[in-house]
Amino acid sequence: MKKEDVPQDPSALVGVTRDVCYVKDKDGKYTTDLSIGWDVKKQALDNAWDDIKERVADAATQVKKGEISPVFYFMELKLMDLTLLSSYTGFWKWTIKRHFKPSVFKSLSESKLNIYAKAFDISIDELKNFNG
Amino acid sequence: MDNTLIRPYNHLQTAHCENGVATGLLKHHGLDFMTEPLMFGLGSGIFYIHIPFLMVNGGPAISYRSMPGWIFSRASKLLGVKVNRKKFSSEKEAYDYLNKQIELGNPVGCQVGVFNLPYFPAEYRFHFNAHNLVVYGKENGNYLVSDPVMETVTTLTEEDMVKVRFAKGPLAPKGHVYYPENVKKVSKEELQKAIYKAIHRTAFEMIHIPGPIAGVDGINYTAKQIRKWRDKLGPRKAGLYMGQIVRMQEEIGTGGGGFRFLYAAFLEQAAEITGNQKLLTLSDEFTKAGDLWRTSAINMGRIFKGRLNEQKDFLESADMLDNIAAIERAAFKELKKIKP
Repeated sequence: MKKEDVPQDPSALVGVTRDVCYVKDKDGKYTTDLSIGWDVKKQALDNAWDDIKERVADAATQVKKGEISPVFYFMELKLMDLTLLSSYTGFWKWTIKRHFKPSVFKSLSESKLNIYAKAFDISIDELKNFNG
Repeated sequence: MDNTLIRPYNHLQTAHCENGVATGLLKHHGLDFMTEPLMFGLGSGIFYIHIPFLMVNGGPAISYRSMPGWIFSRASKLLGVKVNRKKFSSEKEAYDYLNKQIELGNPVGCQVGVFNLPYFPAEYRFHFNAHNLVVYGKENGNYLVSDPVMETVTTLTEEDMVKVRFAKGPLAPKGHVYYPENVKKVSKEELQKAIYKAIHRTAFEMIHIPGPIAGVDGINYTAKQIRKWRDKLGPRKAGLYMGQIVRMQEEIGTGGGGFRFLYAAFLEQAAEITGNQKLLTLSDEFTKAGDLWRTSAINMGRIFKGRLNEQKDFLESADMLDNIAAIERAAFKELKKIKP
């Protein structure tokens, strides 16, 4: 890539940092330049987030309908999966799956709720009272 | 310890975090000649792997570089430097150890998760646990941080530092702290020797790692998968997969073109240090490969933007990757044969 071809398309980096690119200068020697973003990358990242937002919205709807517990919703919201939530909470994956059931969730002890709240970085009340 | 202990450290912004921490720390210990491309090349940082069945953020697991931590370790070994590494099971011990290093005036590299890294843009905060930064002091109880992807130095509260050092999941840092020891002067001859060794190791790995998923073969493997994705996953999901490839290839930290420009810059510097002009010619091959990776990203972009989404567009993308693989394979074969 030549120095004059470094894309400067505003992206999420603006106001935070710029991306170091290795580019060729006029004499054909390598140098670095800073980029505020590239549309191709931005679109890829935006698409990934659209997908996440869709999954989170679906989870909220399911909670609202009483089909699944807030544990599932916050797992999606915090970009976690079962493996990751399991390592943050110390619960087995199948235990977490049980806690996805609204009836089981309602009977969870304060201490277990607290473990989830800590893993999601929210308060117990937020976790308990989330209703979609 | 004192609430404020400001130690000297020269902030260095680099494309990639591990290169940046390693280069910055070695410079701090007196190896002034060190640059990011040199670190990347000596550490055999360039690589390619497509791990089947493993998913990262709901997409294919592809990497354009070697394992986290390897760049610093391998480059150091070639230069006769020892990397002292510590991991912790206790947060308290990890906290005490870091404070101790600050008191000693020893800037250290820390492995962290980015999900809770407050100064990162929200859009970049996934559960990625192999980010690296340097901690070089404390001010009013906050850590002074030199993060190589940032333009300037930054700070972290004690609470945030514990969170990022003890992020969980794949590649969990477990409070990982590291710094170079036993850094001695490196002669020109030693550096030249190290460069040839590193190049031969890289070429060997890119050409001779058995199996279809790693090294240059891995690029052909991805191409093969791309040809199947649209039928197997449907146009939307297949498009998201393409987006994942582009993110792994171009997202903050690769220097562009999936680290290929960085490797080309290394070969250019290697040519200068060794006087071997063949390396300069081969540098051009990696510039070419990097440019083609960028072109491929643009093409994939048309697919995930939804402008193109026919099977023939996927086939075209796959063909582009096969072409890149051919160029890289030929270049690495030449590098394997290179002699002082």
